[in-house]
Amino acid sequence: MEKKKNDLNQKSTGEVGAEKKKYREVVLPGELLGERKGRKLSNGVYAEGDKVFAKVMGVPVTTENEVRVVPMSGIYIPNINDKVIGTMTQVEISGWLVDINSPYISFLPVSDGVDEFVDTHRMDISRFFDVGDVIFCKVSKVTKNKTIRVTMRSLGARKLYGGVVLKVKPTKVPRIIGRGGSMVNLIKSKTGCLIYIGKNGVIWIRGDNRAKAIEAILTVERESHTIGLTEKIEKMLEGEEEKKEGEAKEKPKETKKTEKKKNAKKSAKVVKNGKDK
Amino acid sequence: MVKTNEKLIVKGKRLDGRAIEDLRPVKMDVDVIERADGSAQVAFGNTETIVSVYGPRKLYPRFLQKSDTGILRCRYNMAPFSVEDRKRPGPGRRSIEISKVTRLALEPATFLTDFPKTVVDVFIEVLRGDGSTRVAGVNAASIALATAGVPMRDLVVACSVGKIDGKLVVDLNGLEDNNSEADIAFAIMPSKEKVTLLQMDGRLTKEELFESLDLAKKTCKKIYEMQKSALKESFKD
Amino acid sequence: MENYASNLLLSGKRIDNRKLDEFREIEIKQGIIDKAEGSAMVKLGKTKILAGVKIGLGTPFPDTPNEGMLIVNAEFTPLASPDFESGPPGEDATELARVVDRGIRESKCIDLKKLCKTPREMVLCVFVDIHIINHDGNLIDCAFLASLAALMDTKIPKIKDDRIVRGKFEKDLPVLYKPIEVTVCKVDDKFVLDPMFKEEAVIESKLTVCVRDDEKICALQKQGSKELTMDDIKKMIEIAIDKSKELRKLFER
Repeated sequence: MEKKKNDLNQKSTGEVGAEKKKYREVVLPGELLGERKGRKLSNGVYAEGDKVFAKVMGVPVTTENEVRVVPMSGIYIPNINDKVIGTMTQVEISGWLVDINSPYISFLPVSDGVDEFVDTHRMDISRFFDVGDVIFCKVSKVTKNKTIRVTMRSLGARKLYGGVVLKVKPTKVPRIIGRGGSMVNLIKSKTGCLIYIGKNGVIWIRGDNRAKAIEAILTVERESHTIGLTEKIEKMLEGEEEKKEGEAKEKPKETKKTEKKKNAKKSAKVVKNGKDK
Repeated sequence: MVKTNEKLIVKGKRLDGRAIEDLRPVKMDVDVIERADGSAQVAFGNTETIVSVYGPRKLYPRFLQKSDTGILRCRYNMAPFSVEDRKRPGPGRRSIEISKVTRLALEPATFLTDFPKTVVDVFIEVLRGDGSTRVAGVNAASIALATAGVPMRDLVVACSVGKIDGKLVVDLNGLEDNNSEADIAFAIMPSKEKVTLLQMDGRLTKEELFESLDLAKKTCKKIYEMQKSALKESFKD
Repeated sequence: MENYASNLLLSGKRIDNRKLDEFREIEIKQGIIDKAEGSAMVKLGKTKILAGVKIGLGTPFPDTPNEGMLIVNAEFTPLASPDFESGPPGEDATELARVVDRGIRESKCIDLKKLCKTPREMVLCVFVDIHIINHDGNLIDCAFLASLAALMDTKIPKIKDDRIVRGKFEKDLPVLYKPIEVTVCKVDDKFVLDPMFKEEAVIESKLTVCVRDDEKICALQKQGSKELTMDDIKKMIEIAIDKSKELRKLFER
């Protein structure tokens, strides 16, 4: 467990009048967070001399070794090894352009998308991935000028079939996942949906109960800075568990079988669970 | 533009009842435009501006892209119905100049080098014009940038200072602005005490000018507290 | 982009060996455009700017029914620099025109009230048009000198039957003050005056100060993408006041 030391003379929760909500403390750009004291400066902060200041509006996290601010909002800037969900926007000769919800478009080279040898002079690679396909992939390279490459050679990388895509603020993704996956697992188990979350703020959901799952996710996004959120989401999804069980009793075997069949067919030609580097 | 020969300060008070160092009632709200990445609405008395921020986003046309930094683009515009004599739509010379100085007021505060090849667009609309519109715009733009998550060294705070009836006053309204012996638009990064906008027209001695600058800095500190409240309050609802 | 001149400036030196607060050689020639009511060409080093004054008749603005009009326009003509493009004035040309306008207007060097023919109906319009001929830096200061010199060269034409009689003049345009605009630039921790085009590459921020004969400040315009401290501003204003006295001497006959 990390020891949290707050250099600011402030409470870590603030109670507002009669309301029962408790809020994490929020800092603003330009606010002094403390002295650097040799600590690592991560996202959301900058140093002037030995003083560290917040760069964005967000929740400060100061430990013995690190100072950073978790932003309340902001666009997604790709970092190497990020697992993201992207959409194919263009089929090139030796790869695909993938929109990863960033001002920087990424490229998936054929060699990182397909396991078999592909003769790009003869073959039209749109048979593997076409415009509009949704993939769960990994950022493999980010140059200084933000030229991005992604790869399917990563544990869990796959094409995502059917389902819907939802965009949230990338800064809220950690809260939506929850500590050790607690929040997303809660939503998955209560709604029975298949959910993939990309670090880039793109979320893919498939399942009959997806409306409820979407509502839960959007609630977490909106109230991410409040405390007691997990309980609230649990309550919200309480009814859903019963609903799901009810449906399962009516048509139990069909839904599970058809899903397995679908997945078996389509994963034939695409990279199958490439090994992580 | 109303010119008057009447006195603007009577028995130590301005015509709208204010003391010479009083601001008009200030209203600041953020997240007022859903579709934008960041937004704010700021009013000083009857002057009201609304701002949205989009970005950092991809910059087109491509030749405008800078490979090592993002750029800031700013558009200040007055709605035709914002003033007494309808203002013809479209950018006039005044709006073009104000767009430029506003951009230069905000640029030093932003970490654009974190986002090469992108643009941060700031759109300022004056909905009601009653003096000191450009500084209201800068105040709103600054908190809109913060809500958009654009990294900044500091917020930017702005105010106007002027000379009417021989006295230095702050936050000039329309009538005072048009009949002033001098008026100054000033913006500062408050925690760093670094000035990013300074324009003046009129006639001031060097001493009066220095005194005005100090008064502007002091007034901006008051407005800074209001910006901070508006941002921090936005989480509590 | 940095270059040899701007690189040198960072170490406090200039390629033409000037001191940091020294202006280049200035040459002022008035009355060179006979079709204009007033004109002047100013050479500031290699920067060349031509200002022409035309007098017209018009209806006054509704809120100033007894005042003549002053309209200042600037063209960053494409022939003056490879960076200038054809078309309507961009933000820099617009800013320059408005900053020059401010200096002339706020200093009250032209008494607009004296340019009224018939209140609410007919007033004289003074058009000052600034044409950049060669851009080698410090455009605002040079444009202001050209505008002032052109105004001082201006003769008000005769008016007959509510029409201007070109070629016949009534009197000189009264110019009551000689305001001077000085743009003080900040490079690192140094203050520099009159930069050449190549030197402008490293200038982070500037403050244009318009100073009247009685040392009153009539206009201020901060430019550049970097900030200034309160101290910087106060120092820059003092430098400008000082320099304006020297430049005003150019107009002493």
